[in-house]
Amino acid sequence: MAGQKREAQLSAREEILANIRRSLGVTGAEAPRRMAVEDRLAEARSGIIPERGQGDGATQAARFKAEAERAQASVAEVASAADVPSEIARFLRDSNLPATLRMGEDARLASMPWGATTLEIARGASDGHDLNAVTAAFAAVAESGTLALDSGPDNPTTLNFLPDNHFVVVAASDIVGDYESVWRKLRARYGKGAMPRTVNLVTGPSRSADIEQTLLLGAHGPRRLHIVIVKDA
Amino acid sequence: MATASHFKENAHAALHDAPLQKALQHVRANFIDKRAKAVARLPEFDALRDSARDIKDHTLANLDLYLEAYEAKVVEAGGQVHYAVTAKDGVDIVLKLCRDRGAKAVTKGKSMIAEEIGLNAALEAAGIDPIETDLGEYIIQLRGEPPSHIIAPAVHLNKEQVAEDFRRAHRDLPRDRDLSQPVQLLTEARGILRDKFLSADIGVTGANFLIAETGTSIIVTNEGNGDLTQILPKVHIVIASLEKIVPTLEDASQLLRVLARSATGQDMSVYTTLSTGPRRPGDPDGPEEYHVILLDNGRSSMLGGDFEDMLRCIRCGACMNHCPIYRAVGGHAYGSVYPGPMGAVLTPSLIGVEEGGQLPNASTFCGRCEAVCPVRIPLPNMMRHWREREFERHLSPASVRYGIGFWAFFAKRPALYRLTTNIAMRALHLLGRAKGRFASLPFAGGWTRYRDLPAPQGATFQSRWRAKSGRLN
Repeated sequence: MAGQKREAQLSAREEILANIRRSLGVTGAEAPRRMAVEDRLAEARSGIIPERGQGDGATQAARFKAEAERAQASVAEVASAADVPSEIARFLRDSNLPATLRMGEDARLASMPWGATTLEIARGASDGHDLNAVTAAFAAVAESGTLALDSGPDNPTTLNFLPDNHFVVVAASDIVGDYESVWRKLRARYGKGAMPRTVNLVTGPSRSADIEQTLLLGAHGPRRLHIVIVKDA
Repeated sequence: MATASHFKENAHAALHDAPLQKALQHVRANFIDKRAKAVARLPEFDALRDSARDIKDHTLANLDLYLEAYEAKVVEAGGQVHYAVTAKDGVDIVLKLCRDRGAKAVTKGKSMIAEEIGLNAALEAAGIDPIETDLGEYIIQLRGEPPSHIIAPAVHLNKEQVAEDFRRAHRDLPRDRDLSQPVQLLTEARGILRDKFLSADIGVTGANFLIAETGTSIIVTNEGNGDLTQILPKVHIVIASLEKIVPTLEDASQLLRVLARSATGQDMSVYTTLSTGPRRPGDPDGPEEYHVILLDNGRSSMLGGDFEDMLRCIRCGACMNHCPIYRAVGGHAYGSVYPGPMGAVLTPSLIGVEEGGQLPNASTFCGRCEAVCPVRIPLPNMMRHWREREFERHLSPASVRYGIGFWAFFAKRPALYRLTTNIAMRALHLLGRAKGRFASLPFAGGWTRYRDLPAPQGATFQSRWRAKSGRLN
């Protein structure tokens, strides 16, 4: 193949760029191409957005719930943030699970009345020995029942993957129709072109179908995903 | 591993491999039917396919500029970008990163690029332990096999075979434990791999997409293994080929909407993870270093040529799930890293038409692959391009070349062609009239060995067409 002869004085980067440009018949200096690329990156225009995530707040919340349940998550709705601890305590009790819970420094979670339950609360990232954890969602997507979780001390990423049972608290007002709305929210929070270290889009609990295409939950991540929607938040 | 030049022999063996044939039965209900249902639930699906195709085409036409933009953003977020011209360059970069950090154990998320460059063998040779963490990849690593499918690496195996492998590999566990059900196998693998995740020095993942706007890499998984691979060790290495770049998060959303539906029939895979640079100040977890290795390995030479469209591929596997050849012989028969229709087109580009030229012949040209491709790659057309090149370079077997030469002689002389075929069809009609089919026929042994050849009805297609429409003279 032409261009595969290694030119010692060129770095791998320059060699690859030169070969791309030779194949495309361009120099890389063409102003119209540069303009087109810069505009596209700056504008970040939306493409086709499925109708099914659209509608008013109540419609979107209902769609989110239905889609998340289709993906084998369980969903509870509570009236206010004050009701979250008792809902999580109830879920653990009903599932015969220990009353322990790990969380990060998220202010929304911190302000909830955990003391009113018998839950034993631990804080910070997980080292792999926690059964249960709760995180607060950055947003949720009605279109596919997907949670958007951003990383940081408020909600450490390890809490989304290491515990067996993952609880996620979502404010009803943070439910949006589509992924594009999540990106807009992220840009508003972190700035255009900037991102938190990790954004996890989570749709249901962990699973694998690698053995005889039999679908099984709890492959490496959580076996259960319980979502608590807070209506008045 | 490269036995692509023995496709015929491999396929023959696969057709007589009873466990393989049993395992391949799962493909229809689990991939084809689920995809069809997911597509039926989304009225915008076909429009999204057009959108996905256009995004990829635009990016490829400006790939040099998007690579520069992407690199700048990765660096801005505190990450490092490495360029690998060849597969060996890619391996060498990973090995150097591992050696410089004294790494002994490397966990791996599922990556076809790592398969393409033979990363596991290279790590082992360097005394570093590569640990596959995707359940399917873990199983085939225990067996010392390559994947047989790009998203379901162990689709060729039955649960009894996996149970045998686990008993052989996990010697510390009780001999008499029950491993008869998939759930028991999964639970055992989860326990074993959990410790490996927590003790690994470096995590290597692939990428489904790279976002130029933000310098973000995206991985899509169902198990969460890719996430544990990248958030627990101190170093996260992403290894991805050049064409994974897309301009913006919005563009990635279009592609995500067709990816999981085409692959597994899910609306979204369970975990779609966007990673940008290393751990930030104040972060309680995440890797301290973030490296991206961008692999070319022949792709830059595909741009602007007959096979550029292949670079749109998002590795969903729909083409192989819907391919009658793949479903008959499985992925290993292809003898290349990438099986099925996408592999038949990509492999000769990567390893040359001399080695991989048989694979584009592994197609009936039924067109199902193109019909389901989420980025509308004209796969049959490109297989035809390869067949032409194979023929031009005299790489086809003599029987094929003489056969085509013989046919071409008549095809270039329409009157003679019509006369000969008319006589032949009438003769076959008369000969086969009694039974309506032939159990054997000279020069057609390849067909009649496995099934009867229906006897012609007497008239040729051309003569019937002429009688019907009065055209075609």
